[in-house]
Amino acid sequence: MGMTIAEKIIAAAAGVERVRPGDIYTVEVDQLMSNDGTTHLTIDMFHQKLKNPQIADVKKLVWIVDHNVPADSPKTAATHKKMRDFAKEHGITFYEGQGVCHQIMMENHVRPGELIFGADSHTCAYGALGAFGTGVGCTDYLYAMVTGKSWVLVPETLKFNLTGKLQPGVYARDLILTIIGQIGANGANYKAMEFGGEGLKTLTMSDRISICNLCVEAGAKTALMEVDDTALRYLEERGRSPKHVFASDGDAVYEKEYTIDLGSIRPIVAKPHFVDNVVEAKECAGVKIDEAFLGSCNNGRLEDLRVGAALIKGRKVHPLVRFLVVPASKEVYRQALEEGLLQTFMEAGAIVMNANCSVCWGSCQGVIGEGEVLISTGTRNFKGRAGHADSFVYLASAATVTASAIKGEIATADML
Amino acid sequence: MEKFTGTVWVLGDDIDTDIIIPTEYLALKTVEDMKPYAFSPLRPELAGKIQVGDILVAGKNFGCGSSREQAPEVIKALGIRAVVAKSFARIFFRNAINNGLLLIEQDQLQKAVSEGDTVTVTVNEAISHKGKDYPIVSLPKNLVDIIAAGGLVKAMRRRNGLDKED
Amino acid sequence: MGRTMIEKIIERNTKQAVKPGDIVDVSVDRVMIHDIFIPFVAEKFEEMGFTRLWDPEKVVLIYDHLVPASQVDDTRHFREGNAFVEKYGLTHVHRSDGICHQLMPEAGYVKPGNVVFGTDSHTTTYGCVGAFSSGIGYTEMASILGTGTMWIKVPETIRVTIEGELPANVTSKDIILRLIGDLGADGATYQALEFAGDTVERMTIASRMTMANMAIEAGAKCALFVPDEKTAEYCKIELTEKETSLAADEDASYIRQVVYKAEELLPVLACPSQVDNIKPVKELAGTAIDQVFIGSCTNGRLEDLMAAAQILKGKKVAPFVKLIVTPASRKVYQEAAANGTLSVLAEAGAIITHPGCGLCCGRTGGILTDGERVVATNNRNFLGRMGTSKVEIFLASPKTAAASAVAGRIAQA
Repeated sequence: MGMTIAEKIIAAAAGVERVRPGDIYTVEVDQLMSNDGTTHLTIDMFHQKLKNPQIADVKKLVWIVDHNVPADSPKTAATHKKMRDFAKEHGITFYEGQGVCHQIMMENHVRPGELIFGADSHTCAYGALGAFGTGVGCTDYLYAMVTGKSWVLVPETLKFNLTGKLQPGVYARDLILTIIGQIGANGANYKAMEFGGEGLKTLTMSDRISICNLCVEAGAKTALMEVDDTALRYLEERGRSPKHVFASDGDAVYEKEYTIDLGSIRPIVAKPHFVDNVVEAKECAGVKIDEAFLGSCNNGRLEDLRVGAALIKGRKVHPLVRFLVVPASKEVYRQALEEGLLQTFMEAGAIVMNANCSVCWGSCQGVIGEGEVLISTGTRNFKGRAGHADSFVYLASAATVTASAIKGEIATADML
Repeated sequence: MEKFTGTVWVLGDDIDTDIIIPTEYLALKTVEDMKPYAFSPLRPELAGKIQVGDILVAGKNFGCGSSREQAPEVIKALGIRAVVAKSFARIFFRNAINNGLLLIEQDQLQKAVSEGDTVTVTVNEAISHKGKDYPIVSLPKNLVDIIAAGGLVKAMRRRNGLDKED
Repeated sequence: MGRTMIEKIIERNTKQAVKPGDIVDVSVDRVMIHDIFIPFVAEKFEEMGFTRLWDPEKVVLIYDHLVPASQVDDTRHFREGNAFVEKYGLTHVHRSDGICHQLMPEAGYVKPGNVVFGTDSHTTTYGCVGAFSSGIGYTEMASILGTGTMWIKVPETIRVTIEGELPANVTSKDIILRLIGDLGADGATYQALEFAGDTVERMTIASRMTMANMAIEAGAKCALFVPDEKTAEYCKIELTEKETSLAADEDASYIRQVVYKAEELLPVLACPSQVDNIKPVKELAGTAIDQVFIGSCTNGRLEDLMAAAQILKGKKVAPFVKLIVTPASRKVYQEAAANGTLSVLAEAGAIITHPGCGLCCGRTGGILTDGERVVATNNRNFLGRMGTSKVEIFLASPKTAAASAVAGRIAQA
């Protein structure tokens, strides 16, 4: 009987021939990403809970300060300092203010076939390059950090066969929101979501990252995509090669298979306060907004900024809307500067910030106040996620967010 | 002439507005909310210890820095009866007058007093400490008028016919 | 007897002869309110019983300290500001265009000879174009909004003359720091500063802004530069006798005169935690640092970013050191993007934020913690200004800041 991509990666990491869903294996972890959301806690445990603590293989560690950059309070500054000092002392690969962790990982570190732990739920984004990325807590992270190993429960896999092509004006963001709406916020709990089919080949790397990134919002343990020429070219351009390219066997067993015609997808909005609370974007048209956010590991890439810039060029941000544009990484920032995208946003009256998590994390930049409404390309719309406990977050594509920023109310691009 | 006695807290030179109330707390809704953070960069414990009627004694250039009016307001809200300093920064001085916080320029007192001492202030005349009188000068008339009106807001309310002259 | 520049401006405004010490009512030409204080101004304005602005055309509202918002209650200031705009018919509103003191001259709100007040101590900046401008509290602002007038005491003037050619690594920031060090943090309290000399005459308006901006750090009520051709070009006006006659009379009387030879000036730092604690950069060279901040209404202009870029071109910010660049305005950002300056800075590793007050006002934009040291181009290094009271802040020019970012230590350009 065949295996899925997730099963093959775990088998390789466990050093066994084959694995089955439900089995637990001890695995060798290839990379360990951690960011300023929780690393200070890991460091505290490292010092306080362990006797003679050591890092198993420092080359596996990548630490990234991205959540509160630049720091907004002495408290966050102290967590950054703790992380920076530890990284310096142990020679850990360290980024600060260079972008959102998952984007940095995709640009510089992730390789197909790897098993990667990230102390952040959206680590599942790495599946866009055929890597098994999964979010873990500090304790799991620390164990893997000092032993190089961890245990995993082999997940069932849900297979999504993509066919056709997205229509103009419809984006990967709309696709994944549609899927989450369909299977529900816990529809893939503990499971792997695997994407393949001819439709996948029509999607850019940026699209793919956006899709895999959001799978955790359906509860998925990981997301995985078939590695094709597009993925290999992305790697090659960045001077990396695959660890191993795995494809699912023809007779792999899936818990469930879905076939999704990309051509049928419409612009979608996830309404407050759950990611699976999706409706066609037009149903929300007219909802007054206070802020719009184009950015995050989900939709802060060059492709997203291009979509936004094309819409806003020659237009202005609504005077009562704060439109935050936040490139996902320094690389994206520089390319957007070179292409004149940032200039277009500035000309239109947007607030263009440094690469970081920004209001998606809801802490240091663009937090919203009581009763305010945000439309966002961020990852989550949970109650209070973007600021005040009594505020409202709608999630949508770069196009819908930009159109809304111009109109001052939720609108799709074709309504401009 | 108005006379009062209070316990003194002693501070140094150049007590700036960011020490009096850091920017971090300026967007709190009310001055009451800001009170616990007064003087926190320099003496985090101070705000909790100040009692109504206490007197602040400081060196030169008290209140230098920003135009934040929360600085005199928070001092007043803490219950400080008067600030006695060698000199005051200009914007702070105006803001204090406009909010009815009494400021007294006196260049000898700071080195004479210790924290916890009591002093007696006779407004526009002198401050007495351990039997010695330290003379103080009176304010210009236009400022006396604002204080007499109970601050600038009250002066404007009278101008706009909302309040009557006493 | 001759008159100083501030005396001439006040006389022109009040149409009466004045001398230092006089208390007079001036007619206000323009006021600026920023986001931190608008709720308080609005509240006091209504408490005072006013129902309309004396002249909405003369009122400018600028959101800069809280952009982007970093605390959940910050946006309340925008909402209350927007409500005030709606209710009283303000038309000059900037919601994310940069720092108030950059925008006021840049957007043409301030002209030579104007009398301008702002709810911020660095309102002294507009002296760069020969305007009398000063910071006030929100209660006084509320009363101006209703009456259009304000009482002031005519100040004495300190005249500062700088003659000669500045060394390449010395900027107007070094001059003003040196002056503050020499005068002391209260050395110009209640007084006006008047700048003169051929060094000043050759300076750009941007460089003059840096000096006028920091006048308050010596306690000054205002700082003044004589309007010249550069001023006229910057303000988009014709230079006429009306402007040039604002220059002080030859026989004007000063309370103090300070003279510097430009050639003798050095790159300096204001050391923790007073702006008048001035030392030559050389004395502290080699001191390890954690962060560099280039920005603020003092030194966040195009020429400042370009000076930094010149030093950073082809180099990298030292490992584990952050360089945060916050342009002073949207226009500065756009110009720096257009001429390649931002690319150079980004390439070197700078974190470039949206224009605003950023770290200078200590609410966001690179706050530090115990034991950290920052070299910053802004105007204040007070205790706790950028984080805890155990953060050491060194104020410097953009050149010194950039050189220090590359070295990871305090370094002279």
